[in-house]
Amino acid sequence: MRSIFLPTITSVAAVLLVGGCGGTLLAADPASGPPTATAEHPDLLVLLYIFVLASFLGHQLITRVPPLLHTPLMSGTNAISGISLVGSLVAAGLAEPLLCNVLGGVAVGCAMCNVVGGFAITDRMLAKFRKANR
Amino acid sequence: MAASIEWLYLAAAVLFILGIRDLSSAETARRGNTLAAIGMLLAIIGTLQHQAIVRIDWIIAGMVIGGLIGLLMAVYMPMTAMPERIAIVNGLGGAASGLVGISEVYRHVIVPQAAGSVVTFDAFHTGVAGFEIMLGSLTFSGSMIAYGKLRGLISGSPLTYPGQNIVNVAWLVGMLAVISGLVTGSLAPEFFFVLAGLALVFGVMFVLPIGGADMPVVIALLNAYSGLAAAATGFVLNNKVLIIAGALDGSSGLLLSLLMCKAMNRSITNVLFGAVGAAVSSGGSTDQGDPQTISVVEAAERLFDARRVIIVPGYGMAAAGAQFAVREVADLLKSRGTEVRYAIHPVAGRMPGHMNVLLADANVPYDDLVEMDEINPDFADTDVALVMGANDTCNPAARHAEGSPIFGMPILDVDQTSQVIVIKRSMSPGFAGIPNEMFLAPNCHMLFGDGKQVAEQLAETLSL
Repeated sequence: MRSIFLPTITSVAAVLLVGGCGGTLLAADPASGPPTATAEHPDLLVLLYIFVLASFLGHQLITRVPPLLHTPLMSGTNAISGISLVGSLVAAGLAEPLLCNVLGGVAVGCAMCNVVGGFAITDRMLAKFRKANR
Repeated sequence: MAASIEWLYLAAAVLFILGIRDLSSAETARRGNTLAAIGMLLAIIGTLQHQAIVRIDWIIAGMVIGGLIGLLMAVYMPMTAMPERIAIVNGLGGAASGLVGISEVYRHVIVPQAAGSVVTFDAFHTGVAGFEIMLGSLTFSGSMIAYGKLRGLISGSPLTYPGQNIVNVAWLVGMLAVISGLVTGSLAPEFFFVLAGLALVFGVMFVLPIGGADMPVVIALLNAYSGLAAAATGFVLNNKVLIIAGALDGSSGLLLSLLMCKAMNRSITNVLFGAVGAAVSSGGSTDQGDPQTISVVEAAERLFDARRVIIVPGYGMAAAGAQFAVREVADLLKSRGTEVRYAIHPVAGRMPGHMNVLLADANVPYDDLVEMDEINPDFADTDVALVMGANDTCNPAARHAEGSPIFGMPILDVDQTSQVIVIKRSMSPGFAGIPNEMFLAPNCHMLFGDGKQVAEQLAETLSL
């Protein structure tokens, strides 16, 4: 039960999140039916597929990580979540407005701290895990 | 977006997945971390080719300052402070997502002409940006409170007031109402800032009522939120690698928080809304009676005579810095042919898997570290169990004392060992605030003293 619980709530949450937004979209513009809505966002469903599949994959991968490595797992996934760097870099590098540069620059700093620190400390931790010389 | 960027992003996503897969074994874990780091490098190289990037001053400033702080933290942070570090890092991840969300909204919705925006922010983008800003902001403020509690800057005891859960739920509904107002256009775009403010306050209100002992669950959950915030950023920016990495991070955080709850026999709702986890001195059996005590020399003799020894470490051992001396004791016994292993409870330490890292830090080989379910049947067949800094995780009350805060929690079956030696400063109770009846059992002896000193004395006596 526990093993199917997580992907289920994750995907239900995702469907609610995107479905809710899509629903309000339709409510906001009564002229547009469902086909128009997806035509306006050709990528929306694709993105949702990617999110749901990645959540299932994540669940499969993470259940295979032994408790021995749960702390490195946490700091490693933390480093990976520094991927928001991808969005921050673009914001910080825009020609204008300045506010976006400032917000983006601070975001780059935060994300970069996670990326560099996360991978470095995970490596430091994992280097300490050694087998007995029997 | 140039095609080469998309290819680099795809390669990054594959490397992230391979990296996490390699974490399934201690032998390949380090390689996995390197693979994920290479993936991140590719994603950064790809992004820097983005045509919208025309100035690099802010990028360089952010990268240098952030990278430097991250590196210093990685090099100098002690392994005992790992939960605090994770809390900070979750907060920074949330902040990064929230700030990008505000920046996107600002340039596409609030000042589109001035920013030369050609992107029309439709209802879908508005809604997802709302979620991104909400999740990012509450992850940031919630993580800072979690950090304060872990660090002891804020009292670890739950801060509660009547009707708290109702206020929190109402606050959450209010934030969702603001998002739907923004989506339908009945609220001005400036309300995105209001939303960020509401979410910042919510993060504080959400974590304050949770007790210090439950913080591991909370940081795992905030880890999931920072992942979901990154995934929401991916929806706003139409960026697939962000969605994949965010989803991976989200499932990892959710799964770990559920595992922690299971190990404490609590439901996630109970942790989040139950406002427990403080040291409640629940009267009851205060007349503890007198435990049997034992001297260092006698304890050393019993260890000397034993064939099989299990060491039961708790966070108290690491807090006292005794793990190095304990490893010395283990090495001395092993050199005499004694079998020595360590029993690791799922919530030993202050976050999932923390005790393993603390012992690995003291050069304990990881094949000596045995998980609870695997080692429990072996206690009955063991000569001496050496308990150090562990308390609630080996309290038999969890098996039978209905109404006890730890009733039903899975425990290590230490009491079934022929002889139990407990190294402890005093008879004071653990996190759960209840006395441990095992300490009074006929097969249990207390060795009072500072963990580090006692372990050093034991090692010294054994080496004679």
